[in-house]
Amino acid sequence: MELIQTMELTKYYGKTRGIEGLELRVEQGEFFGFIGPNGAGKSTTIRLLLGLIRPTSGSVRVFGKELQKEKNDILRETGYLPSEAWLYQGMRVRDLLKLSAGLRKKDCAREAKRLCERLQLDPSRKVEDLSFGNRKKAAIVCALQHQPKLLVLDEPTSGLDPLMQREFFRILRERNREGAAILLSSHVLSEIEHNCTRAAILRDGRMIACSSVEVFSKTSAKRVTVHGSVDLNGLEGVRDRKNEEASVSFLYSGDMDSLLCTLSRGQVKDLTITEPDLEEVFLHYYEKEEEGA
Amino acid sequence: MTLVKHELRQGKISFFIWTASIGALLAICIFLFPEMKGQMDGVSEMFSSMGSFSQAFGMDRLNFGTLTGFYAVECGNVLGLGGAFYAALCAVSILSKEEKDKTAEFLLTHPVSRTRIITEKLISVMIRVTAMNIIIYDVSVVSIAAIGEPIPWKEIDLLHLAYYLLQLELAGICFGISAFLRRGSMGVGLGVAAMLYFLNLIANMTEKAEFLKYITPFGYCEGAGIVTDGRLNVGMAAVGVALGLAGILAAYLSYTRKDIH
Repeated sequence: MELIQTMELTKYYGKTRGIEGLELRVEQGEFFGFIGPNGAGKSTTIRLLLGLIRPTSGSVRVFGKELQKEKNDILRETGYLPSEAWLYQGMRVRDLLKLSAGLRKKDCAREAKRLCERLQLDPSRKVEDLSFGNRKKAAIVCALQHQPKLLVLDEPTSGLDPLMQREFFRILRERNREGAAILLSSHVLSEIEHNCTRAAILRDGRMIACSSVEVFSKTSAKRVTVHGSVDLNGLEGVRDRKNEEASVSFLYSGDMDSLLCTLSRGQVKDLTITEPDLEEVFLHYYEKEEEGA
Repeated sequence: MTLVKHELRQGKISFFIWTASIGALLAICIFLFPEMKGQMDGVSEMFSSMGSFSQAFGMDRLNFGTLTGFYAVECGNVLGLGGAFYAALCAVSILSKEEKDKTAEFLLTHPVSRTRIITEKLISVMIRVTAMNIIIYDVSVVSIAAIGEPIPWKEIDLLHLAYYLLQLELAGICFGISAFLRRGSMGVGLGVAAMLYFLNLIANMTEKAEFLKYITPFGYCEGAGIVTDGRLNVGMAAVGVALGLAGILAAYLSYTRKDIH
């Protein structure tokens, strides 16, 4: 079953483009990554999914329900973590968590306590005394304490130290195993690579690729690193070339025979050919788009 | 009513400060009356001969030597301006503060319809304004009793009712404005309240500008008129109620469709 489904979703802010014709599908129980640089339209998409802004055209269905008509039912089962956690000043964390639970008409005290312990968040502290990281933790508890079926996370790890990031992703994986779908928007490609099953790449408000993370990682391009001396002139399909003192590294998407011939004419002391990491794939897609433009 | 409770908690310090300040100023004015009463015979005559200045504040038609005359002008200004500023500040920031303080994302991603958010926020403003008026009314009555003056119930009731209506009207107008703002709401609220106050002063000074009394809620709160006629000007009050309701309606229409940034 499709948990999130957008149809020709378009948002313009006046004459400025937010997103255009977005067709996004997220399945039930999926850990879905959302990749793109600043201004690509990730946050606009998330705001549209949560009903914070209204689409210029197109529509959104979540849990099979029309967002505009059944927004409250959808939000009841959704947890949202914004990239910057702005919370009410003058409140203690425990009152904030109670407020959030109260607005959901749900008693979340036990789960809130458990999450605070795991994230090492002191609920008796005042919101204005919290560091950026601790504010983020409070927002995480607010997003998770009602055990939603869908989690929407916008740059969730900014401000969290590495240990907390690890614990946070551990919690997310647990929730995912229990059946919750997760939409993770991030600049940190390793987060997507290590946690998501599928991902979409956004550029200039349009989705330029959407596939399983595995497929992204196994594009035809390979990362080739040659120690020694080799003349790569004339070899087609070489990109992202990095020359070191005694080695050269490049992404190669050309003919393998041509590569081997070229290498055999040089003096190769050592050679590694690996799958590119997601960051390289991301750049590969961007460059491909630019070439096409 | 989770949001009503939350708003009341968030606004409790400002509520106590404003209520205590207006209440204390009113009580001080009333406690000064016995001392001033004896000196007022000449003062009333002086005020009535000061032309536009006295007209602006309605002092040409009131006898400062009586408690009702004194209360309508001195206390009326304290309660009128103080109450108007408080009601305007409360209402003008109640919706816009969520975007200004960037808490709108938190609130609006909970399963609460925008209509309910608007309604609960409006209720919280009304509760604060009403509670402040009840406390201040009690402070006034107790202070008058404490100085040993007979309590002019009808005049006091009418004056306080008029100021309560004024605050509700201003709250309604500012609530509507709040739905359109994203920041800088405080100045707008104070500006609207002050502008309406000065419109009434202008309306009192010249007959040509008397129509302004129908625009500003201070028109139907004129102590001189209420004490002299023994009733509120229903026409002006009705226009005021309509303006307040229009503000509230504008808030619903705007905020339910607004893009939240």
